[in-house]
Amino acid sequence: MSETLTGPLRRQRRPVGEALAGIMLTLPAAISYFLLLLLPTLAAIMLAFTDYELGAPAIGWIGGENFVELLDDLGFRQSLRNTMVYTAIVVPFSIIGALALALMIEALTRGKALFRAVFFLPVVSLPVAMATAWQYLLHPTIGPLNALLREIGVNGPAWLTSSDTVLVSLAVIGIWEAIGFNLVLFLAGLTAIPRELRQAAEVDGVASAWERFRLITWPLLGPTTLFVVTITMIRAVRTFDSVAVLTQGGPNRASEVLLYTMYTEGFTYFRLGYSAAITLIFLLIVLALMLLQTRILDRRVHYG
Amino acid sequence: MAEPRARLAELLRWLLLGLLGLMFLMPYIWMVSASLKPLDEIFRASLNLIPENGGTLSNYTKVLSEVPVAHYLWNGLIVCAGILFFQILFAVPAGYAIAKLNFPGRDWVFGAVMLGLLVPYHVPALPLYVGFSALGLLNTYTALILPSVISVFAIFLFRQFFKSLPDELIHAARLDGMGEMAIVWRVILPNALPAATAFAIFSVVAHWNDLFWPLIVVSGPTHATPALGVLYFRTEEAGDDFGALMAASVIMTTPLVLAFLLAQRRFVEGIATTGLKG
Amino acid sequence: MSGIRIEDVTRRFGAVTALDRVSLSVQAGEFVALVGPSGCGKTTLMRIVAGIEHVDSGRVIINGSDMTRKRAAERNVAMVFQSYALYPHLTVRQNISVPLVMKRLSMGQRLPLIGGFWPGADAVRRGITNDVGKAASALGLGELLDRRPAQLSGGQRQRVALARAIVRRPAAFLMDEPLSNLDAALRVQTRREIVDIHRQTGAATLYVTHDQSEALTMADRVAVMQAGRILQIGTPEEVYGNPVDLRVASFIGSPRINTLPVEADADGQLHLGDVLLMRHAPRGPLTFAIRPEDCELADAGIPVRAEAMEFLGENFLLHCQHPPSGRTLVLRLPPGAPRARPGELLHIGFNPSRALLFDAEGRRLDPDLRVSQQEHAFV
Repeated sequence: MSETLTGPLRRQRRPVGEALAGIMLTLPAAISYFLLLLLPTLAAIMLAFTDYELGAPAIGWIGGENFVELLDDLGFRQSLRNTMVYTAIVVPFSIIGALALALMIEALTRGKALFRAVFFLPVVSLPVAMATAWQYLLHPTIGPLNALLREIGVNGPAWLTSSDTVLVSLAVIGIWEAIGFNLVLFLAGLTAIPRELRQAAEVDGVASAWERFRLITWPLLGPTTLFVVTITMIRAVRTFDSVAVLTQGGPNRASEVLLYTMYTEGFTYFRLGYSAAITLIFLLIVLALMLLQTRILDRRVHYG
Repeated sequence: MAEPRARLAELLRWLLLGLLGLMFLMPYIWMVSASLKPLDEIFRASLNLIPENGGTLSNYTKVLSEVPVAHYLWNGLIVCAGILFFQILFAVPAGYAIAKLNFPGRDWVFGAVMLGLLVPYHVPALPLYVGFSALGLLNTYTALILPSVISVFAIFLFRQFFKSLPDELIHAARLDGMGEMAIVWRVILPNALPAATAFAIFSVVAHWNDLFWPLIVVSGPTHATPALGVLYFRTEEAGDDFGALMAASVIMTTPLVLAFLLAQRRFVEGIATTGLKG
Repeated sequence: MSGIRIEDVTRRFGAVTALDRVSLSVQAGEFVALVGPSGCGKTTLMRIVAGIEHVDSGRVIINGSDMTRKRAAERNVAMVFQSYALYPHLTVRQNISVPLVMKRLSMGQRLPLIGGFWPGADAVRRGITNDVGKAASALGLGELLDRRPAQLSGGQRQRVALARAIVRRPAAFLMDEPLSNLDAALRVQTRREIVDIHRQTGAATLYVTHDQSEALTMADRVAVMQAGRILQIGTPEEVYGNPVDLRVASFIGSPRINTLPVEADADGQLHLGDVLLMRHAPRGPLTFAIRPEDCELADAGIPVRAEAMEFLGENFLLHCQHPPSGRTLVLRLPPGAPRARPGELLHIGFNPSRALLFDAEGRRLDPDLRVSQQEHAFV
């Protein structure tokens, strides 16, 4: 505590000075939070219960009608289902893949940085550009993949333009984009495991890599794994770029996803109220996923 | 311990990782390869990675002449730098205040920050669009930069970081006669450099790659970011001239990839530390 | 032979030779302390015996079998790590059971869910629970069996590490500075307990420490290491009273042994003051060393200037400066000794038969060449 001023005068000024400073320092952030985050979010939630359309003269409160309409909307239900399927494919594969890669890379004595960079590249690459690259790769006639398949006598499908394969193809791209990020997180978690622990296990008789994984690696990766699962799920639900660039939801809504539907309803059809309702559902899904992380699994995974 | 066994295992790992890595890099490899091929060769769909006849730069010249590449990259720079500047400007003092200072409403503010972390940025997008539209601010740098200026993630990150700074540092500064503001900029910010660097990388990557928001508020090349630039080029080409498309993709992707390869460690640490704390 | 035998082990890390043809043997039931300053290679040697570090040349033989090429899991050794290395996600009971589970249950019996139904699993598990219980109570852990390491104090964690080591009755015990993370009082108490446990198990114990007093109080034999070599192996008395190297004499004993540079005169006689130490001393700079407790204040002898006196309770330590050489000499004085004033000029007398002489390379000079005790008057 400062000793330059003595007595009750000092004791009064310090807390006030500190409080004032605290408020001043937080003010810019608080104001921008209020104007740019809080108000718009509340507005979005409110809009969900209106029939607002851009350019319309009046805005009317319609209660839950948007949601009723959504339930009946085949397009929306398809979109929701697609998002779930997409997430269900991307999450397990990108996590297991990243974990397997992390285990291999971590065990290397040389070349860790090299391979880490290779798999991390998609994270820093422009998704729009890479989606375009994938489009070329997966092109039914001029793409290298189908050219390769043709060499071995297989006729590859039109990956991104056939409604049977489009969602899976997008999911593969999603896995490709997600693996690097998860890999880095797993690597960080693995290096946090103390070396002496692995040595103690060896001395205790844990000989095979599988046993070591079961006894030490997997349990101690618990918090990391939990985090990676949550992050990957949320990012998968938020997918937008590849759909907007490659398929625009087609063919026939086969690759329509939640955020893309929200976008088209809001900015192609200008049904902002309806779009806001979709946004609200999206928010609820994200909140539910985060709640899942903090409540149910968190307790089991941290060891004090 | 058995050394030859360890060496064999290492070799196998290298082989497997090398194979997987190569497969993983296919999009890049083919992207570059196609960008150097003339259109008729692309349409022949050969499996040659190396272009015949030494390849051509015509795709690149086409892109560079038709697409205002430098302009898009410049826009990207302005937007990312602008966003980062304000994010740090707002979040560092706020993070410090929440971490170290006592003021009325502090816990509410922190609660609001935590709440804000739950909300994806797509949620306020609609009303923000309406607001900007009403204010005539569409198609401006302001519209691109402003919404991201508040980053609750940054506030949270800095708060966590500052919490671990020893109190003595601040006490000593006060004893030296520094006012609170001076403490923030002279003592706190320099010490926040590691967290700030990590966050900066995270922020720049996120906003350089963002398509959703620019797509909403910008139409036309004047204010287009690199992501939008590629999208526009795609629609113009109607998906026919793959050579040019690939060249455009290469050009737009290179800056960040190059930055990453040069500062690899920083990037990875940045993403990992922000990821694990967030 | 049962126990540990280390033969000519060499280990290099790049250009640095961490261990240089080190040989050592520890009999079953013997407690050998491996002591030396940081970086001398003692931990590396221990890890080589454990099997978590490999050798460049040499052999490690445990209970008669050559284990040099075998992995740690295949040797029957137990190790207590400096950081204890407890599994943070397992309870104390589970931590202690790990070595037994790995050894006694087959792969199938260890499977997570169905392992319980595997034939024979139940009986083995009961045996494990039994043995774990015995090890836990031997170390006073009975109440803590269901806690996790994060909920235990440092001393309790250390006991869990010990329990995990003794539960499997290994051929050899390895302990890597297990007491260094404990506070002083706990350390002294735990020393005795470790020695008791060692006696109960009857295994060969190799104990690494940088604290020489720990080595002297606990061990049957002490091996003093420095810079990758073993300088001397012997009983605590031998290593303390009869060091073969100046480095051993300096490292063992607290406070540090007093040293003075001396040189023989023209006809080869070595004097210190009026005392004749050696008749036919070698040429060149030599070192004279004497322990603080073998010195006393006298009317004549080594001239010193008093600097400070430390009160230790059972005696005093008098720190003096020897003006000609600038060295500091320490004496142990009994409680009733007269207090010296700082700056006071005094003389140190010593028992010549307790003096140690070392040559220019630090090697101990043969006591037979020295003047016998009867020829001295105690100065």
